[in-house]
Amino acid sequence: MDFRDTPEEAAFRAELRTWLAANLPEGWADRDPRAGLEDVEFSRTWSKRLHAAGYVGLTWPVEYGGRGLPPTYQGVFLEESARADAPAHVGVIGLGMAGPTIIAWGSEEQKARFLPPLLAGDEIWCQGFSEPGAGSDLAGVRTRAVLDGDEWVVTGQKVWSSYAHVADWCILVTRTDPDAERHRGLSYLLLDMHAPGVEVRPLRQITGDPEFNEIYLTDVRVPRASMLGQPGDGWSVAMTTLLHERGTLGFALTARLEALLARLVETARRTRPDGVRPADDPLVRDRIAASAIDLEALRYTNYRALTALVKTGVPGPEGSVAKLHWSEANQRLTKLAVDLLGPQGRLDGPDALWDGFWTYQQLRSRGNTIEAGTSEILRSIIAERVVGLPRSR
Amino acid sequence: MDFAFSQDQQQLRTAVRRWLADRVPPERLAELADSPGGWDPTSWAELVGLGWVGLSAPDGGGGFLDEAVLLEEAGYAILPGPLLTTMVAAPALVAGGADPTRATALAWPAWLPAGAPAGPTAVATGAGGGWTVTGVLPDVPDLGAAQQAVVVAATGSGPGLFLVEPAGPTVDVRVLATTDATRRVGRLTLDATPAAPLSLGPATAGLVEAMRRRGWAALALEAVGVAQRALDLAAEHAKVREQFGRAIGSYQAVSHRVADVYVRTELARSLAYRAAWCVATAEQEPDAVTAAEVDVACASAKAAATEAAVFACEAAIQVLGGTGMTWDHVVHRYYKRALANESAAGSPAALRAVVAEHLLGAA
Repeated sequence: MDFRDTPEEAAFRAELRTWLAANLPEGWADRDPRAGLEDVEFSRTWSKRLHAAGYVGLTWPVEYGGRGLPPTYQGVFLEESARADAPAHVGVIGLGMAGPTIIAWGSEEQKARFLPPLLAGDEIWCQGFSEPGAGSDLAGVRTRAVLDGDEWVVTGQKVWSSYAHVADWCILVTRTDPDAERHRGLSYLLLDMHAPGVEVRPLRQITGDPEFNEIYLTDVRVPRASMLGQPGDGWSVAMTTLLHERGTLGFALTARLEALLARLVETARRTRPDGVRPADDPLVRDRIAASAIDLEALRYTNYRALTALVKTGVPGPEGSVAKLHWSEANQRLTKLAVDLLGPQGRLDGPDALWDGFWTYQQLRSRGNTIEAGTSEILRSIIAERVVGLPRSR
Repeated sequence: MDFAFSQDQQQLRTAVRRWLADRVPPERLAELADSPGGWDPTSWAELVGLGWVGLSAPDGGGGFLDEAVLLEEAGYAILPGPLLTTMVAAPALVAGGADPTRATALAWPAWLPAGAPAGPTAVATGAGGGWTVTGVLPDVPDLGAAQQAVVVAATGSGPGLFLVEPAGPTVDVRVLATTDATRRVGRLTLDATPAAPLSLGPATAGLVEAMRRRGWAALALEAVGVAQRALDLAAEHAKVREQFGRAIGSYQAVSHRVADVYVRTELARSLAYRAAWCVATAEQEPDAVTAAEVDVACASAKAAATEAAVFACEAAIQVLGGTGMTWDHVVHRYYKRALANESAAGSPAALRAVVAEHLLGAA
């Protein structure tokens, strides 16, 4: 057991730290902390800079444009990016979900076509899994794909799709065989978001921001060659995507929580307009310490997961633990932060501290226990697959 | 970055678990807990013979990470006896040239967070080349089982560490009735009792600090073992107990609570192992970790793991239903140990205050 970097990891970390210090976009540190994805071009430019320096696809195979490094290097990258408060790569869905799934299931042609522009930030991906009638129960997907000559004709509706309004491609789960058993009738398509018949409608969230979207598909024609796996493989391919979604998430979530904890401490140390300095209150101190312990528990659980992944090559159950814990820890921390603002906690936008940063984070956090596997689904996964309890349904 | 125990440590875990399963199965644990002495003194010689006591002494052949394996497994089985206290006292014993394999008790105030009101409650006097200690040490775990006791006592030049034999005309040992009968707490009254100095002067503070961290980490590791056992007891029962024609573990009201126990236990495990690494590294390569890092890691682990163990035991009792409320079922032994570990050596709130001070400065 040793938490310190190996000499190679230390060298990588030092080189990255220097690079980040020299390359962070001008004015980035003073940005509006609420700023989301509105500025896609900013995000894309940053992604290209990261890619040119070799920091994208660190763990991906060399033949597909990656660097073939062990997962610990991705951990170092995320830690240092968080420490430098660097912007994220624009391809969150592409790098974390679409890419690994294409690597696992794609043909050589598909890999050559999709992976390089994904890494370079030239093409943005979104996810078309959930539907109005199929949320946690993904096998209930009703979006139909019918073969017509050399094309699948797709009709249906997807929902809760982040990035869809800016995406070029979509990983899409469709029903190709309505007569087969639910899980066996699904197929996985790579959908061109610019194709005729694709309509994206933004959904305004609890925060007021349109972060996710509905996707309406009306007789969209998808080439036969754009399927991952064979017809009927959709469920297995989708499980690969979800495994990667949870597997790579831990470090990114820790980084985000760490940044929020630093702001929480800063918030507690400010003297409010009503003269109260929250950091002097023992009850506040107790809750902040509890948040700090939440963060450390998450950090070291990720390290254990990473060690298991490096040693065995298979992601352990710690991934579900990390997501479940992070979502609740983030809700507690952001709620505490709003509490610390006292009467000012009711203010929003330009009238609030940091342009309403905390209100936004607190409201947004309610989605954390729903997105990427609800806490209820994750608890069932842990109970059944890890603890070995009988199936609940 | 490598967050795993070594091959040797994993083999040690297997051996320790096997030995404990043989020596303290639940029936035997109940027998010992309900016996007047509360432990099996012959087990000590066996532990020493196996080389599992004094591992981190200079010739002990190991470090705190090896001891961490023992502590977690001792929590999983609940091994009655002074293994934990002897391990925690090791820095003082080694510094003072005392035998680190003799069963040792450690006066509890030495474990409290820095700045806690309880300073030394004993006073040491040096006269004619010999020292004596006088005072009442009200809260000494495993005192009744110990061959020697480490005491923090005030001297003319700050606190010192002393070794006393808890026997003889100048000593009164009173073992108190405790909820957790597997680790009984004693009151040690010393009246001009001859004492061997282990450390005097400025070095004492560092040793007390080292023992405090060891104590926090040790209780955290033991608590992880307790939580894991509670999880196993709950899961085994939920798999086989049927109501309304189905195993109760198939009901989400039950299974989700068990899943929460798993999550809390794993998070606590991460913190406890991290604390163990910090302690081991601070002892072997003092420049590799900062004092603040070790302090925060140990305080965090102790707070989170002891709370997780209580949470796990309470869930296990609920899952076990009426059986969980009986004296005959082993779960109450775990619950009582979990509660004792939570209140010992600084409550979770007191330890979070330590963490808060590092984050926010003094209150």
